[in-house]
Amino acid sequence: MTDIQDDATPGPTPTPAEERRTTEGTVFTVTGGDWDTLIDEDHDDRIVINMGPQHPSTHGVLRLVLELEGETVQQARSVIGYLHTGIEKNCEYRTWTQGVTFVTRMDYLAPLFNEAGYCMGVEKLLGIDVPRRAQQARVLLMELNRIGSHLVCLATGGMELGALTGMTAGFREREEVLHLLEFLTGLRMNHAYIRPGGLSQDFPEGWAEKVTDLIKVMRSRLPDYDKLLTGQPIWRQRLENVGYLPLDGCLALGATGPILRSAGLPWDLRKIEPYSGYEEYDFEVPTATEADCYARYRLRVAEMHESLKIVEQAVKNMEPGPVMVADQKVAWPAQLSVGSDGMGNTLEHVRKIMGQSMESLIHHFKLVTEGFHVPAGQVYSTVESPRGELGFHLVSDGGTRPVRVHVREPSFVNLQTMPAMSEGGMVADVIAAVASIDPVMGGVDR
Amino acid sequence: MADDTEGTSKESAEPTGGQQSSAEASGADTDAQRAAGGETPESGEVEQAGVDAEGADVDRTGVTAEGGTRPAPSRAREGMFGIQGSGDTSGFGGLRLPGYAPAPAERPFGGWFDEFADDFAEALGERGVAREAVQQITIDRGEITFYVQRERILDLCRTLRDDEGLRFELCSSVSGVDYGEHVAQRLHVVYHLTSLTYRRRIRLEVALDVEDPHLPSVVEVYPTADWHERETWDMFGVVFDGHPALTRILMPDDWDGHPQRKDYPLGGIPVEYKGGAEIPPPDERRSYS
Repeated sequence: MTDIQDDATPGPTPTPAEERRTTEGTVFTVTGGDWDTLIDEDHDDRIVINMGPQHPSTHGVLRLVLELEGETVQQARSVIGYLHTGIEKNCEYRTWTQGVTFVTRMDYLAPLFNEAGYCMGVEKLLGIDVPRRAQQARVLLMELNRIGSHLVCLATGGMELGALTGMTAGFREREEVLHLLEFLTGLRMNHAYIRPGGLSQDFPEGWAEKVTDLIKVMRSRLPDYDKLLTGQPIWRQRLENVGYLPLDGCLALGATGPILRSAGLPWDLRKIEPYSGYEEYDFEVPTATEADCYARYRLRVAEMHESLKIVEQAVKNMEPGPVMVADQKVAWPAQLSVGSDGMGNTLEHVRKIMGQSMESLIHHFKLVTEGFHVPAGQVYSTVESPRGELGFHLVSDGGTRPVRVHVREPSFVNLQTMPAMSEGGMVADVIAAVASIDPVMGGVDR
Repeated sequence: MADDTEGTSKESAEPTGGQQSSAEASGADTDAQRAAGGETPESGEVEQAGVDAEGADVDRTGVTAEGGTRPAPSRAREGMFGIQGSGDTSGFGGLRLPGYAPAPAERPFGGWFDEFADDFAEALGERGVAREAVQQITIDRGEITFYVQRERILDLCRTLRDDEGLRFELCSSVSGVDYGEHVAQRLHVVYHLTSLTYRRRIRLEVALDVEDPHLPSVVEVYPTADWHERETWDMFGVVFDGHPALTRILMPDDWDGHPQRKDYPLGGIPVEYKGGAEIPPPDERRSYS
């Protein structure tokens, strides 16, 4: 949308850029090989480029509007909303328990963080404490999930910068994590496994061996990323001193997670405001001071190693016990089991409510259809997701449904830093900057 | 609206609730409350929002709540067995819970709240921000909430960010809450601030009338509030005056209405099952709260 003369001669190119006039000026659809029709002495060098919303290097359904002068980005703006699904509104029409299945779909690379953050908020509203085993299981699941999420960040980030082996390797390892999560929770993604009051059910038989196997696999494969990417000259040249955002910029723009830690502040909610018993685990918070894309890459690799340490400790420390609060007014009435027709209530439970105890049937029915009442009030609960501070602002009026579920999504907030990281740099560095922010559009748009 | 309170001394700051108008509250609900012996508005100020859902049995005059007591939502409990116009005799058709009125906190607050409230009041004094900027302090579930006047939100945020003893460097979240139709000042804007220096979190809350949903933007203090405020405008129709570009962010630019308001329908279609059974869409199903 530049002020290009309408009577511009197309030049010698056999396929001139298609043009159409709009109220904003003439819009050219450039398909490659026809740049000469746009850039010549008749036109100035300042052009506005629309990138996306579906583009292989925009990290999802993200639209970037770049104002370029030559190859230098003068202004960059991101346009979001293409994945808006109204999850927050939908939660207001479901019970508190049903809300889990909605929030888990927001940031689809970190579903267990969404579930844990939401459930911790509901538990805070209810004023209940979760059994120890459930907390340990949450920690274990969240750290596995963090590894999977960071692997996707490396994989897609590598792909966007042309390191295709990084992509195949990242997705290969992530697949191992997803297999394990499927074994533990029943689903690869969108688990709805963590529930207000604990977990939907205990881990299956043999979980400890499977988790230990994964730790072994990861211990052997994670160092490969150092060989493949960390020291590689092209990778370093693409990332070093690119997407610079110092500490004051991070705080002003609200960036948290690896972006904030890459600027030198060891701000990790697992250490600052320990939840789910994180104070019992021995792990480090990797921090860098370069505040560029390369520092963020290195932090993510280091965080995966730290997460493995936590998973290892969680396996070792896990104690037997209940995984759901004892309060029958909150706990889901049925134990789930896999039968011949899929997952459902256990046979014993069905026998009890259908044949033996009318009160149990009433109780089951009321709790499943109505849900439980949550005392009026509001809370803000946070977890450290792979992308930063994931906050849930939950408001209850005393009923069985939320008045408001607002999610402070780190992807949403962090994406605001894109212009600050990109403006004044080369257009190719915008891609590196967006990749280092690691926005997940399902979380950005909710 | 709050100009008349400018320069009032601390002592004369009686807990009279919000200075903002609540035209909506002066309807039938208000009359009912007054008839029930509820708190009567002081000194003939008709606009004074002295309405209290549970005002009949709560004596607030004896409570010297710090910063006062803000007006409570005026929605009364309805539904249950007094329902009309519905064939539903289960007692749950159209059940509405009474408006929730968070209680003002009393000293000692406990934890770091006392020290913080003192520092905050002192910092406001140093900067010449009137004490009435804070209408009520509520402590619930270990979290502190300041109900504040909308005109002063920018001053408050600047004080909270810049004062040596407060240092709320990070604005975690800005969002809206709609407490539903028939509630006075139903739209709330909620700010979650984080101090990285002192590792504290606080919440600021501003109540707005749905007819006049304006308040100053805090983008100049917290640039991160840019997208948060755009989202709140998009979803709730709250206008942040002074925002650099208050446009829709999640919904399409030409969208009508603000989807997260309670009077905006969820939408959806009935779910059909084999044999002709049909389940209505979620917002038309029977609700129990």
